[in-house]
Amino acid sequence: MSLIDLANPTRFLALTARVLPWLAGATVILLAIGLYQSALAPDDYQQGATVKIMFIHVPNAWLSMFVWGVMSIASLGTLVWRHPLADVAAKAAAPIGAAFTFLALLTGSLWGRPMWGTYWEWDARLTSVLILFLMYLGLMALWRAVDDPSRAARAAAVLTLVGAINLPIIKFSVDWWNTLHQPASVMRMGGSSLDKSFLIPLLVMAIAFTLLFVTLHLAAMRNEILRRRVRSLQMMQASRVAFSSELGTGSREENASKGAA
Amino acid sequence: MMMSLGPYASFIVTSYAAAALVVVILIGWIVLDYRSQTERLRELDRSGVTRRSGRSAVDTPRQLT
Repeated sequence: MSLIDLANPTRFLALTARVLPWLAGATVILLAIGLYQSALAPDDYQQGATVKIMFIHVPNAWLSMFVWGVMSIASLGTLVWRHPLADVAAKAAAPIGAAFTFLALLTGSLWGRPMWGTYWEWDARLTSVLILFLMYLGLMALWRAVDDPSRAARAAAVLTLVGAINLPIIKFSVDWWNTLHQPASVMRMGGSSLDKSFLIPLLVMAIAFTLLFVTLHLAAMRNEILRRRVRSLQMMQASRVAFSSELGTGSREENASKGAA
Repeated sequence: MMMSLGPYASFIVTSYAAAALVVVILIGWIVLDYRSQTERLRELDRSGVTRRSGRSAVDTPRQLT
C-alpha cells in the first residue's frame, strides 16, 4: 500500500482497524519488558536509585522532539504535496506531543531536585523544552480557533515549520551553552557513554514509548477523520434544512399571492 | 524481591505514577473521542443523512471495528 493509497480516508480507516490491535499489543509487551528491566537495573554510583527516572524521562524527552519532527513532515505534506491526511496527522499528533513534553519537563524536574538541588533552572535546555511545550499548546489553540479545518491546517503548518527551528536548539543547547543539564550520553560522537545495564532498558523503553506514540497517533487520526465526516454531514444536513425551509417559504408566499389574486 | 529506592523513593515513584496517569488520560481521551464521533455518526445516519457516495454515515466504523 503506497502513500497515495492512504490519501483515501476510508482506506486509511481500514488500515488502522487492522493495525491498531497489533500495535497496542506490541506496545504493552515492550512496555512491560522495559519496566521490568528498568526495575532490575542497578543503582548508579553517583545518582543512586534516582537513575531509574532516566528510563521514563529520556524516552519522553526524545518523543517531545520526534513528534514535532513528525508534525513538521506532515506540515510539508500539507503545504507542498497537499496530501489529504497530512493536516489530519499534524493535528492529531499535537496533543500527544504536548503530553510527552509535559512528562519530560515533569520527570526532569523530579529528577533535578535530588540531583541538582532544584526543580527548575532557567538554563538553555530546560527553557528551550518549555518553549516547545508552549508551542504545542499554541498550535492546539490555533486548531481550535479556526473553524474551517483546511484554513487552520495551512496556518498551523507554517507555525509548525517555523517552530521546527527549536529542535536543533534543544538538541545542541547542552553543547552551545554552559547548562546544568548533562550533555548527550546516548546519541553522541564516539557512541554511547552509558553502561549496557542502563542502555538496554533505556532503548527498550524508548522503542516502547515510540510504539505507544504510533498507536495513539493512528487512533487520534482515525478520530479526526470521523470528526471531519461528522462535520461535513452536519453541514449537508443544515443545507438541506435551509433549502427545504426556503422551499416552504416560497410556496407559502406563492399561495398567499394566489389567494390575494 | 523487594526493590530498594533509597532516600529519593518519592521522586522516583511520583515520576512513574505521573507518566502512567498522563498515558491513561491520553488513552481515555482517545477512546472517549472515538465513541463520541461514532455515536454522532449513528445519530446522523438515523436522521437519514448519507455521504455523497451514498454510503451510510457509520458504515466504516462499524465494519472496521
